[in-house]
Amino acid sequence: MDDGLRNELSKQGVVVVKLEELYNWGRKNSVWPLSFGLACCAIEMMAASMARYDLARFGAEVFRPSPRQADLMIVAGTVTKKMAPQVVRLYNQMPEPKYVIAMGACAISGGPFKQGYNVLKGIDRYIPVDVHIPGCPPRPEALIHAFMTLQRKIDAQKLTGPDRARHLNADLPSEFPVPLFGEHDLVPSKNPNVWRPAVVVR
Amino acid sequence: METLEQTLARAAVAAPGAQLSVVKNDSPCAQHSLLVDVEHAYAVAKFLRDDPQLRLDYCSNVTGVDFLDAELSEKVKVKKVVDGVEKEVEEVKKTKRAGYLEAVYHLYSMALKHGPVILRQRTPGRADPVKVTSLTPLWRSCEFQEREVFDLYGVLFDGHPDLRRILMWDGFKDYPMRKDYAEPDDYEYEPTPHDEVLEKAKAHLPKAEVKA
Repeated sequence: MDDGLRNELSKQGVVVVKLEELYNWGRKNSVWPLSFGLACCAIEMMAASMARYDLARFGAEVFRPSPRQADLMIVAGTVTKKMAPQVVRLYNQMPEPKYVIAMGACAISGGPFKQGYNVLKGIDRYIPVDVHIPGCPPRPEALIHAFMTLQRKIDAQKLTGPDRARHLNADLPSEFPVPLFGEHDLVPSKNPNVWRPAVVVR
Repeated sequence: METLEQTLARAAVAAPGAQLSVVKNDSPCAQHSLLVDVEHAYAVAKFLRDDPQLRLDYCSNVTGVDFLDAELSEKVKVKKVVDGVEKEVEEVKKTKRAGYLEAVYHLYSMALKHGPVILRQRTPGRADPVKVTSLTPLWRSCEFQEREVFDLYGVLFDGHPDLRRILMWDGFKDYPMRKDYAEPDDYEYEPTPHDEVLEKAKAHLPKAEVKA
């Protein structure tokens, strides 16, 4: 159906949409985040959900205390190597469709603790991250921007075809191996199926 | 408050046989510390806590220090015959010092409002077992901090009620705050490396790039 006819019909009070659009419209406006914070970024996340920044405008005010009711994991803060297995386990317990926002310098790369012995250099080494937010900590506006980016991403997901969304493709994994505590580091230190370092050109 | 030398003299009487010495701090803060041998650390610490003039009832801080094996150089004036004339010549004398670990306690008195008195225990070497005496039975505040020193430096505290790792996980084998700690090599992706990180990141670059 072309846009002109659709416009004409809407003037007569008939709204025509594709099922995919309706489905994604519903999903993108009811993304419920998992309520957990790891460090100071969580304070900004809380601020974003309060009245001043009002994340409720985007349908995301319902922070769920259980991974089984959540759609979105906001990794807000430093992921220590001791905490990383628990974060991956929480992600595994979330039902599909599920999304991840890595919030702040620590969650995306290790941040100021990058060269430390106890901090994971980015949660994207173990679970697939949809949106990365830089900043130390990012302001609530940055989180809202990341959230809107995620909404656009959800809106563009296909229901059918070879490039359909992950939760509709049984061949793609929805759970990822939980790293174990090793003698010197986490084992494995990264999941090569999830994280491939970009080629650095100098 | 009395000087550390006076404290040392009285502690030596209270804990007979204790080998005590003052470790000088030449920096402007001039916080000298009391070095005590491991065997008599408990008796000396008990004296510091219970003595009516000191009453150091609060241990605010426990930390570890790692000293690697080192070659110390010292300038010594030696008399030598140079061209038939006896002269005083400066020579550099080098001595080797074996490495050791230390546990450092900062003690204050809440009752008398003075402090800190700094107490040190030194291990004979850096190889296992590196044992010092736990002072947790005297000051409860030492408990977690001694565990932290054990976790990060590998110092064993004799008499500690619950000596486990506190920050790292139980199966962890390394002591990350020791100076010879080798961190796991996870420098695969370094978009903006410099200095040490650049050297470590080079190992992960394709070989053609390293040459260029």
